[in-house]
Amino acid sequence: MYRLGIDVGGTNTDAVIIDEALNVVAQIKHPTSDDIYDGILGAIDAILSESKVDPKKIHLAMLGTTQCTNAIVERKHLEPVGLLRIGAPATLGVPPLVDWADDIAKVAVSVAMIGGGFEYDGKAIAAFDEAAATAYFESLKGKVNSVAISCCFSTIRDEHEKKAAALCRKVLGDDVHVSISSDVGSMGLIERENATVLNASLYKVAQKFTDGFAKSLSEHGIDNAKIYISQNDGTLMTMAHAQKYPILTIACGPTNSIRGASYLGELKEAIVIDVGGTTTDIGVIQGGFPRESGVAVTIGGVRTNFRMPDVLSIGLGGGSIVRQHPDGNITVGPDSVGYEITKKALVFGGDTLTATDIAVKLGMCQIGDASKVDFLETDFAERAMTVIRNAIENGIDAMKLSSDDADVILVGGGSVIVPSTLTGTRQVLMPNYFGTANAIGSAISKISGTYEKLIDYETLPREEAIEAAKKEAIQMAVDSGAAKETVEIIDVEDVPLAYYPGNTNRVKIKAAGDLAI
Amino acid sequence: MRKIGLKEIEDIALGAALLGAGGGGDPYVGKLVAMGAVKACGDVTLLDPEEVPDDALIVPIAMMGAPTILSEKGIGGEEYKTLHKMVSQFYGKEIYAFMPIEAGGVNSMLPIAACARLGIPMVDADGMGRAFPELQMVTFTIGGIKATPMALTDEKGNCAIFDTITNKWTEELARAVTMSCGGSVSVSLYCMDGATLKKYAVKNIVTRSEQLGAAIRNVKHSGEASPEAAFLKATEGFKLFKGKIADVLRETRDGFNFGKVVLEGIDTDRGKKASVTFQNENLVAEVDGAILATTPDLIAIVDSETFIPVTTDALKYGKRVIVVGLKCFELWRTPEGLELVGPRYFGCDVDYQPIEELMKGGETNV
Repeated sequence: MYRLGIDVGGTNTDAVIIDEALNVVAQIKHPTSDDIYDGILGAIDAILSESKVDPKKIHLAMLGTTQCTNAIVERKHLEPVGLLRIGAPATLGVPPLVDWADDIAKVAVSVAMIGGGFEYDGKAIAAFDEAAATAYFESLKGKVNSVAISCCFSTIRDEHEKKAAALCRKVLGDDVHVSISSDVGSMGLIERENATVLNASLYKVAQKFTDGFAKSLSEHGIDNAKIYISQNDGTLMTMAHAQKYPILTIACGPTNSIRGASYLGELKEAIVIDVGGTTTDIGVIQGGFPRESGVAVTIGGVRTNFRMPDVLSIGLGGGSIVRQHPDGNITVGPDSVGYEITKKALVFGGDTLTATDIAVKLGMCQIGDASKVDFLETDFAERAMTVIRNAIENGIDAMKLSSDDADVILVGGGSVIVPSTLTGTRQVLMPNYFGTANAIGSAISKISGTYEKLIDYETLPREEAIEAAKKEAIQMAVDSGAAKETVEIIDVEDVPLAYYPGNTNRVKIKAAGDLAI
Repeated sequence: MRKIGLKEIEDIALGAALLGAGGGGDPYVGKLVAMGAVKACGDVTLLDPEEVPDDALIVPIAMMGAPTILSEKGIGGEEYKTLHKMVSQFYGKEIYAFMPIEAGGVNSMLPIAACARLGIPMVDADGMGRAFPELQMVTFTIGGIKATPMALTDEKGNCAIFDTITNKWTEELARAVTMSCGGSVSVSLYCMDGATLKKYAVKNIVTRSEQLGAAIRNVKHSGEASPEAAFLKATEGFKLFKGKIADVLRETRDGFNFGKVVLEGIDTDRGKKASVTFQNENLVAEVDGAILATTPDLIAIVDSETFIPVTTDALKYGKRVIVVGLKCFELWRTPEGLELVGPRYFGCDVDYQPIEELMKGGETNV
């Protein structure tokens, strides 16, 4: 039994096959095509012939893709959406999409705000205005095939959103796509509503890549496989779920890369350094999952409440240009020859001194023609390497959380420029298959559930409240396909509500487990 | 007198996040409320306090309750009209202008929305020059002005006017009603005449906030030696510490968010440790056991790369930040001011020393 992991990036589509013991059997890179389907098809072709694995023996197939991110950033292939917000008379002072740029705001062709919604404690603000909802959906006939519904405190109670969704299908037919905010985002109406509108506008993009993936699999005889799509928290969702909630694929790339590195390095607590041609991304893996950033995420200029991995990017990569200034100072980057490294770097016969040339001169790696860098003075090369070392060591120091030495996993094509011993580290691992960490991260992902609620610890003591919430989260993971005995709690967060009597806390629990096969 | 529109709102909101000194709530939702009102009703006229007639009725506007709830419920459309009507009727006089009660956090934005919706001007002043957690912590208290009559309304149309015997009672009664109304309401309080405003308000703080916001937005294009230098120069801030968040201890008592953030130094502060204690707002900053700043001077924690201020709610393990100190409004440095908002009021056993003095001490020790 095998797993197939595919990562569709901007330049390359990577594929890996992993066996039952989670060992990598084969990896390949294939150019990404304009039509994602062709790229995936080519990648599957290549990985099957490379690995010689019987397609019938592939039981799990995972896809990570930036299609949705690209669609939003490039404002392409987005479907027109009708937005219904339930919450009046509250929320009327903050109209939907008020800070969206015009070129993206136009995806919402129609917006209405109607009575309903809830208070923080679940009390209704107003009765759900069924007549107004019906009239609004009637007005959408012939205009849109996709509807987003948001509601005040729907993360506490989702009845009004669900009622509205049922009405919407009744009026517009079962083929209409409906996104409700309680399924898409967490606390914070505006960010959750924004994500819901984006989600609704992506449904065709999602249909295209999921259908494309399924079709490329079956064309290669991979017809025994359960299909999963990577989401941004480092866990998986089913294809049906991805079609409903494509927005959850946003930013799965860095997450998969960090998780893949963690897996390859066999470490659950480590600093992951991904060195590319132009930049180096430094992330942290904690308990097997990337540490999240505390910053609100904007996608194509739209603010959402998704969490992204906490990544420090520095302008240093294999193609970084090395310069000596008149005052004797040496700088490395932040500008780079990028993908033209195979033309422009000295070792490839070019005329630009790059970080890779320095590494070759110092014998750290064998790339291109080493004689082309003979003329460089060793002292100069060593000083340039000190600049590189300082940049990396400062980055590690900024990301690690205690003064203890950390384990470091080094991945990415540019990682040859990094010295193998670094101050502040216990060890620097350069695992095999480091080039396809993305696809590996996708293939080894778990399946999760997240439970979130406002709880007053004076009514329900903290320990009991968290215990109950953990059970809910575990059940949610099992409902999504996790094997119950493997489910673990991976994140517990409780934040007290400021300016608030009693002891009301926002409790958020995430559980994840291995796929039940 | 000048107009403020969408662009100015962006900058004021960013500056208000810094003046929030960790508290006051993320101005983001407030910004959307202000933008929504300005898009619907047009730009707002901002008055210099000196342009306000001495006998004009000036009304500060704010939200009361949990910013987290505000970020879910926003506000309705009618609250400011209701407040305007209630207060005008109470005084038998037209309101001349609204103003913010606090320039820090979400409350910096709501008066802009109120002014846009009512078509009246806003005064370029507030009662704190920053954000503070309790209702009596305004410069107007030093001037002997009462918080009441205080008008309160929710988005459903419930409303009340409180006339209380002390500001402490105002706080207590208003909090109880706020909870029943769903946890976030709109209020007006400390109504005053133009002459009093000129005597006790923190003047031109909205403009200051806008300048701070513009400075943060432009920090990468300033031509200074580094973004950090540009940030410190533009904000006239003291760099207290650069570090990463190693721990955040939180506790909720009596409706406030108490806590302490522990930082480990990076870059130039490598090897040092620092902590910032807070009660909604940041109160005391210590580096290696030495106090470098205390309330009422402003202690703000900003992202080390974007310089965007981080509220105490959003402090997260691992985040790289710079702790900066800013001088507070001079009236806070008087004995009366320190009694209201000095470190001892918040239970910190230290005497207030101006940040510029503490920083001098720090340098001579080196």
